[in-house]
Amino acid sequence: MRARSIRGAGATATAAAIAVAASACSAPGDGGSDAKDSAVVGIAYEPETLSPLLGYGKDGNSKIFDGLLTHDADMKLKPALAAELPEVADDGKTYTYKLRKGVKFSDGKPFSAKDVVFTYETILDKKTNNASKTELDAVRSVEAKDADTVVFHLKYPYAPFAERTVLPIAPEHVAGKQDVNTGTFTTKPVGTGPYKLVKWSKGEKLTFKANPDYWGGAPKVKNFTMAIIKDDDIRATRLDAGELDGAILPPNLAKKYKSDDAKNTYAAKTFDYRVVTLPTGNEVTGDTDIRRALDTGVNRKAMVDSILYGEGKEAYGPVPTDSPWFTKGTERKFDADKAKKILDDAGWKPGKDGIREKDGVQAKFPLWYLSGDKLRQDHALAYASDAKKIGVKVEVQSGTWEVIEPRMPKDAVLAGGGSPADPDFDQYTLLKSSLAGDGFNNMAHYDNPKVDKALEEARKSGDHAKRQAAYDTIQRELVKNPGYTFLTHIDHLYVVDKKFGDLTTQVEPHDHGLASGPWWNVEDWQPKK
Amino acid sequence: MARLVGRRALFAVPVLLVVTFGVFAVAAASPFDPVKAYAGTAGLTASQENLDQLRANLGVDRPLAARWWDWLTSALTGDFGDSSTLRQPVADAIGERIGWSVLLAATAFVVAILLGTALGVLAARRPGGWLDRAVTSLAYTLEAAPPFWLGLLAVWLFALKLGVLPSGGLTDTASSTVTAGQVASHLVLPAAVLAISQLPWFVLYVRQGVGDALGDDPVRGARARGLAERTVLLGHALRSGMLPVLTLIGSRVPELITGALLVETVFSWPGIAAATVQAATSVDFPLLAALTALATVAVLLGNLVADLLYGLADPRVGFDG
Repeated sequence: MRARSIRGAGATATAAAIAVAASACSAPGDGGSDAKDSAVVGIAYEPETLSPLLGYGKDGNSKIFDGLLTHDADMKLKPALAAELPEVADDGKTYTYKLRKGVKFSDGKPFSAKDVVFTYETILDKKTNNASKTELDAVRSVEAKDADTVVFHLKYPYAPFAERTVLPIAPEHVAGKQDVNTGTFTTKPVGTGPYKLVKWSKGEKLTFKANPDYWGGAPKVKNFTMAIIKDDDIRATRLDAGELDGAILPPNLAKKYKSDDAKNTYAAKTFDYRVVTLPTGNEVTGDTDIRRALDTGVNRKAMVDSILYGEGKEAYGPVPTDSPWFTKGTERKFDADKAKKILDDAGWKPGKDGIREKDGVQAKFPLWYLSGDKLRQDHALAYASDAKKIGVKVEVQSGTWEVIEPRMPKDAVLAGGGSPADPDFDQYTLLKSSLAGDGFNNMAHYDNPKVDKALEEARKSGDHAKRQAAYDTIQRELVKNPGYTFLTHIDHLYVVDKKFGDLTTQVEPHDHGLASGPWWNVEDWQPKK
Repeated sequence: MARLVGRRALFAVPVLLVVTFGVFAVAAASPFDPVKAYAGTAGLTASQENLDQLRANLGVDRPLAARWWDWLTSALTGDFGDSSTLRQPVADAIGERIGWSVLLAATAFVVAILLGTALGVLAARRPGGWLDRAVTSLAYTLEAAPPFWLGLLAVWLFALKLGVLPSGGLTDTASSTVTAGQVASHLVLPAAVLAISQLPWFVLYVRQGVGDALGDDPVRGARARGLAERTVLLGHALRSGMLPVLTLIGSRVPELITGALLVETVFSWPGIAAATVQAATSVDFPLLAALTALATVAVLLGNLVADLLYGLADPRVGFDG
């Protein structure tokens, strides 16, 4: 290398440095979207796929797609691609949907009954890698009566079935022509929904454009972006820097925006519970007296206040206390003395180190939580500390699901879950004895014939009063013999710029899907002029 | 020269075979379950029958050697299989991301080499002088600083405190198109952090090489002939002092790849980092094997380029050595 070429390189380097500096100077502050017709929100979660055939948007509200039905703000079902709510016949085994006429997919092709049949049949196909297909277990067949009528034939009467038909409908003329598991449709979807996907830059963001021909009317917010920012602190930083109009935040970070004049904070009510499983296979947790003692001996109020900063509520079962399905009077008041008395009466006497013993068995058991999950760790530690006060030793341990799963029949687990659409969805899989040990269903191996019977009655009956009575029975049984200690229901917190006016949130499930948050109905937003 | 390239290419074949088989073997021995990873949260409510069906569909219950052989034979025909976690063909998944990773790594590498050479020469000019002491101690400090930490520091300073540079992403969050100007401004911080994390090695090597060369006969001869200090330093000392640096270029490639993975995570840079981490933790065999093969090729190429450059820069070094 000669001196001249070195000088040349130096000059190039200088030029590059100047170019870099110049571009740096032009960058500041142009990140925010001041235009009222566009919104940018930060989310913590990225979907693996945008194909409804693989499970995307199965709980409804997917922006790119519509289901036959959808939920309003109060989680009541209302028609979407169906023209009206379904007609139920044959003792709850036949559901008939009349379809809305004149609906088009965003590529201009018309939507019809054959797309509905295609969607459901593809999901139920064994070759389709859809992990949620169990939810459609009740379906025997789907039939297109004519272009505007679809009939579902069920294997058994299933009262909450209409709730399952919120899942998005895929176009047969696009998705039917490629590999359902890996085709381009999984990243470049086409639907009937209020928004069209412009671009999915994986790991970075999803950008959407309003569908001007949407059957429900063209949305006012024309451009909608979901930035994927997994780290909570970085999301808050980018909200501060004006790069985002809204974001989901954990309670400790959302706190400071309560006093911010330019932003509104929303706490979405949820069915998202945290629970300790008390497996019947363990001689300590399988003991009804231990279960009842723990149920009264844990201070749920303290957990809500200290772990959730007040953004949540005490839980006594999968049904939250403010749900119409909740059975009043089944709340358990925190009473450590009562818990001790239950154990004393049952013959669990304090032994060495204050740990109780009965027939040579020490009142101790391991409690696992998913490693890396701070919220579950806090719950587990609080639970162990409360249990210790009544003489039960809980050994808190962390691990991945691979470590935890084989231990579930004997060891307690700090689990989470919750689907708001129907009380059947959580309770059947949590409590039905025949599902014990089936995947992650009935993790506690709960076995109570009265509960089993009530669960069947509740899912088969189309009559609301009968279902309510059955769920009352279940919740009262859970007081007498709790197979789980339910701890809290957790609010999900969001911060959004005030320029979009006052927004609403839906009751949210455990999953933080793309549709959660105040932007559940972004197509209806009316930005301030 | 052609023989060197040919021999290295032949050598690469067994290396790639061993490395990819190693990936399959390690992944198969890991406690992670690919079916759980595929199903995600839906797996927590799925029935055992559903999970078993998934296992069969994904083909993950087949023996390790069979899976590796299938992957290898179809990879040779250009079909790298389908990524289970990303639900798309591996070639598409990598194609979408690799360009951005290469842009980031190449920019950082060029900056590190140029800046490292400049600082190294300045430091070597007066060994023990204040500039030398400042540059060397800075280099040792940076050598110890992890790129992840440097990245967070840079975000805090330039994006949050000073507000002069965007904190992450490839383009402005609200924009849906990718323009050169936006990418350039978003590239500054991640590339600078990555460059700085690579800088110390170049500075120290150049300083040492040039410092040694300044004491050699040819340089002393040149000085004696009354050549300008500038000509002596850049024309003679740097030329022979650069030789060890050329070797270094090749050996820095693996570090550059791992550094880029960390930097991409901090800056939400849509490169292959996220895909690599995801592929590893979800035991996504086809994607993991393809990415590892790619990284192996990059390292082998880096070494080849270094040897070629070495041979070109110093005629005494033959290509057959």
